[in-house]
Amino acid sequence: MAGVDPTLPIVKNMLLLDSEGKRIAVKYYTPEWSTVAQQASFEKALWNKTSRTNARAEAEIIMFDNVVVVYKYIGDLMFYVTGSQDENELVLYTVLQAFYESVTILLRQQVEKKTVLENLDLVLLAIDEIVDGGIILETEPAVIASRVTMRGADGEAPAAPLTEQSFTKAFASAKEHLARSLLK
Amino acid sequence: MAATAQDSQAPLRGPEKKDEDREDETEFSPFYGIDKGAVLQEARVFNDPQIDPRRCQQVITKLLYLLNQGEVFTKKEAAEVFFGVTKLFQKQDINLRRMMYLCIKDICPGADEVIIVTSSLMKDMNSKVDLFRSNSVRVLCKIIDGQLLAQIERYLKQAIVDKSPVVASAALVSASHLLGNNAEIVKRWINEVQEAAQNKNNMVQFHAVALLHALRASDRLAISKLVTSLTKASVKSPLAQCLLVRYVAQVIQDSQPGANGEQRPFYDFLESCLRHKAEVVIFEAARAICNLRDVTARELTPAITVLQLFLSSSKPVLRFAAVRTLNKVAMTHPLAVTHCNIDMETLISDQNRSIATLAITTLLKTGNESSVEKLLKQIGSFMSDIADDFKIVVVEAIRSLCLKFPTKQRALMNFLSGVLREEGGFEYKKAIVQSILVLIQEIPDAKETGLGHLCEFIEDCEFTYLSTQVLHLLGQEGPKTKEPSKYIRYIYNRIILENATVRAAAVSALANFGAACEPLRPRIIVLLRRALADNDDEVRDRATLHLQQLEGKAGGPDAVQPRLDVNITAMEKALSDYLAGPTDKPFDISVVPKAPPPVRASGSSALGLATSTATNSSGGAAPTSAARKDPTAEYAELLRSIPQLAPLGEVFKSCEPVALTEKDTEYSVFCVKHVYEGHVVFQFNCTNTIAEQVLEDVSVAMDLAEASDFEEAFTVPLDQMPLNGVGQCFTVVTRQPGAIATGKIVNILKFKVKEIDPSTGEAEEEGYEDEYVLEDLEVSPADYVKPTLLGNFRKAWEELDPATEKEDEYGLGTREGLQEAVEAVIGILGMQPCEGSEAVPPNARSHTVLLAGIFVGYQQVLVRMSFGIDATNNVAMKLVVRAESIELSEAIHSIIQDA
Repeated sequence: MAGVDPTLPIVKNMLLLDSEGKRIAVKYYTPEWSTVAQQASFEKALWNKTSRTNARAEAEIIMFDNVVVVYKYIGDLMFYVTGSQDENELVLYTVLQAFYESVTILLRQQVEKKTVLENLDLVLLAIDEIVDGGIILETEPAVIASRVTMRGADGEAPAAPLTEQSFTKAFASAKEHLARSLLK
Repeated sequence: MAATAQDSQAPLRGPEKKDEDREDETEFSPFYGIDKGAVLQEARVFNDPQIDPRRCQQVITKLLYLLNQGEVFTKKEAAEVFFGVTKLFQKQDINLRRMMYLCIKDICPGADEVIIVTSSLMKDMNSKVDLFRSNSVRVLCKIIDGQLLAQIERYLKQAIVDKSPVVASAALVSASHLLGNNAEIVKRWINEVQEAAQNKNNMVQFHAVALLHALRASDRLAISKLVTSLTKASVKSPLAQCLLVRYVAQVIQDSQPGANGEQRPFYDFLESCLRHKAEVVIFEAARAICNLRDVTARELTPAITVLQLFLSSSKPVLRFAAVRTLNKVAMTHPLAVTHCNIDMETLISDQNRSIATLAITTLLKTGNESSVEKLLKQIGSFMSDIADDFKIVVVEAIRSLCLKFPTKQRALMNFLSGVLREEGGFEYKKAIVQSILVLIQEIPDAKETGLGHLCEFIEDCEFTYLSTQVLHLLGQEGPKTKEPSKYIRYIYNRIILENATVRAAAVSALANFGAACEPLRPRIIVLLRRALADNDDEVRDRATLHLQQLEGKAGGPDAVQPRLDVNITAMEKALSDYLAGPTDKPFDISVVPKAPPPVRASGSSALGLATSTATNSSGGAAPTSAARKDPTAEYAELLRSIPQLAPLGEVFKSCEPVALTEKDTEYSVFCVKHVYEGHVVFQFNCTNTIAEQVLEDVSVAMDLAEASDFEEAFTVPLDQMPLNGVGQCFTVVTRQPGAIATGKIVNILKFKVKEIDPSTGEAEEEGYEDEYVLEDLEVSPADYVKPTLLGNFRKAWEELDPATEKEDEYGLGTREGLQEAVEAVIGILGMQPCEGSEAVPPNARSHTVLLAGIFVGYQQVLVRMSFGIDATNNVAMKLVVRAESIELSEAIHSIIQDA
């Protein structure tokens, strides 16, 4: 992390905690919290400060200990994205959106602790596809989801309809092939 | 990050799995009862001849779960897992492969193991599947070193311009990470990066622009060119546009401010970004404009307008971002923000307390005199339901508002006393008390009401620390008020009701009243008598002493508050010396050196209170060098304790220690020069670093051939050089009294060596003489000048004879920046910067520094230095000196010439 251009937006960590503040999936990118104990105390402090707020309809934001954290609750889960206090809050918000929306797609709208644990691999991969070593890698939820499931790399924004279309196309051409071969 | 072996912290998941109460809650988890040993056992499936991809994927997930919960793998365990995972490359299952990539990144044991996967990863880098290419690039760049990087450089260059965005992004981001350690290699890819910056994909463009900037970060001109070309080209990606806004802001910051009214370069660009369709860009641009140096009201207006729109957004993140930025602007341009006051007022009731607090403090900064009462009312309803740390922010904002509108002090003071009575923690109460104290000091009208409020407060205060502070203040200020008698009741109540610490403070405060107000004295004496039977000895002692004093004994009433104008550290030293020697004679305080008259710092120090919070919060970072510590006072005690040196008089200045030996030599010697009126004392701090020898009778001989102004007088040898401790020997030279004698001195360390017999551990009887040549020591004019504080530089400057003025110009060569050059010159001259002039404003191209000092013999010297820096960081300096004689002015110039 040391040599990174200071103008580049950096994500300090991404956390997915349960409703009691216990970690489900976390990733730290900067050296502030290098030990598990430091991470745990950060998570605890964060949870204490945020658990009583309502961040369901809209993502919320808090500043403490010289960091800015944006967060959102879905079901019994809490999504957090942390950046430095000088970071553009909306950039962090974009990352947070990518985080919870891609998880929503991957879990087929069943966003709760149980399904997350059952599909932990997908959530970990999503985190890996959104941020690489603190640098934002991708923010488009549909693209992230298709990369996680290895369905397609360059899934442009309208990924789902496109694949559907190509499927019907493929089906049509297959039918044509079959018809031809039968006609022979 | 806490991935592998080293971390010994216990995993977070620790005892919980055995906790029966939690059972019902965790039982649905697929990881319930998971155990590291069992999972490692399970990981053996990686070695099966028939690989089951689904099963392997599950095991990897379990491993990653353990890592995520803070479980620690030993180096051996990690290596084993790693080897297992590498075996899976033979299976072409895409989902399994994706998990393998993640796993390799998280469990990467070390360079030796990395070799094993590189060939597999390099194969994937050339795969037809985009996602294989992108992920293998990311993994490979994360784990390889510079040497391997050179080998795969070709592929990475290709990847940067790959037509698949995921591959290009992966390569660009990896390159950004590699830049830290392998800048040389990454710099060779600049053409590819430039091509990628034209990519139609948003993220690729963002990553390419970021990397382009990072590659040129050290070159101002190249950055400026890059920014010019990018602002002309159409940057589509919002994130890339945000970067561009940051770069533009930087260029503006670095450029010379235009002449009056002239528009800054690129301001148009920032303004056009305010109309961008992405909110993130709009906000970035608004923020950049608000943070511009010396921003004008006209430049601010469009930015404030968009921020105002954000204030009423439904998204808390946007509201927070906007109010935080406006809050900052309000400090410098309160008028520009007043347009938003109505929106701000609605934010006071915002769900998000951070937003509400920021809104309040912004309003307090922008508010005018007439709106103060209204605001206070709104805040009052709000204070009860926010956390203490927010309350502290509000209290501090109120304090600064009160200082701004002293006529409103009554309302504000009432507010403060109101909140003081409410529930709150120590830090919060402390902030309120501090605020009241500052107001009492700064606004004379507020004094009586303020003291009244504080009296009420201590009636019911649970914090001993605050009670004692307030009592001390009452003792200081109370007697000077019109009606001192009314405070006595409050103070005496403390003696009846509180703990011993507070009682003692109250006794002292009462005594102050008795000493300062004669009419009250008989009544105070009656009250103090009652404390004589206190069950705490400190309280009794204080009461007894003060009673005696008030009754005219033990120094009389004036002695109640003795003014100790001595140097405290010196006092401590003198007292311990006294206790070490014979104590049949009383201690004589007159031998303790007097402290310089206290410099009245900002804030409430005159009230005897800790001002740290006050000064910090008012944003005034104390100039660093103002607190420059004075080594002379520390050494003075030491020098005075040496009988041979005592007749030399007062030491004028002690210099910083200079090392005369290399590091890690047998003996380590530091020299401290002490300048006296007619002598220079060289103090040698010697340390023996070898346990097998004893060094005795240590002294330093001087060769003064190149320092003919000096004459060696005598030496004070050191009996034995302590092992790994510091012992001092001294060499004293004379010079013309008051003269600025200079020269280079060659030093020879002389001593007697005695080997220690390893069998007995005793030193040998017979030793031999030995010498050791130390490094040369320079005595320069700078040693004869010391910093002095000056109230009014201009006045002092004009009082000195213009005939002594001497001016010259110097080139200082290439420097990192002006600040660095300024600090270097101040360091060389060793004088005191005046009027905060040592701080160079950011990005300034020229700067003037004022310095004051005194030469030996207490002759004043003043220096005015003008610095200028050009585009290539060449620094030039004009130095003007005035002093009490022309010789001194020349001496100052010679300091610079020699440096």
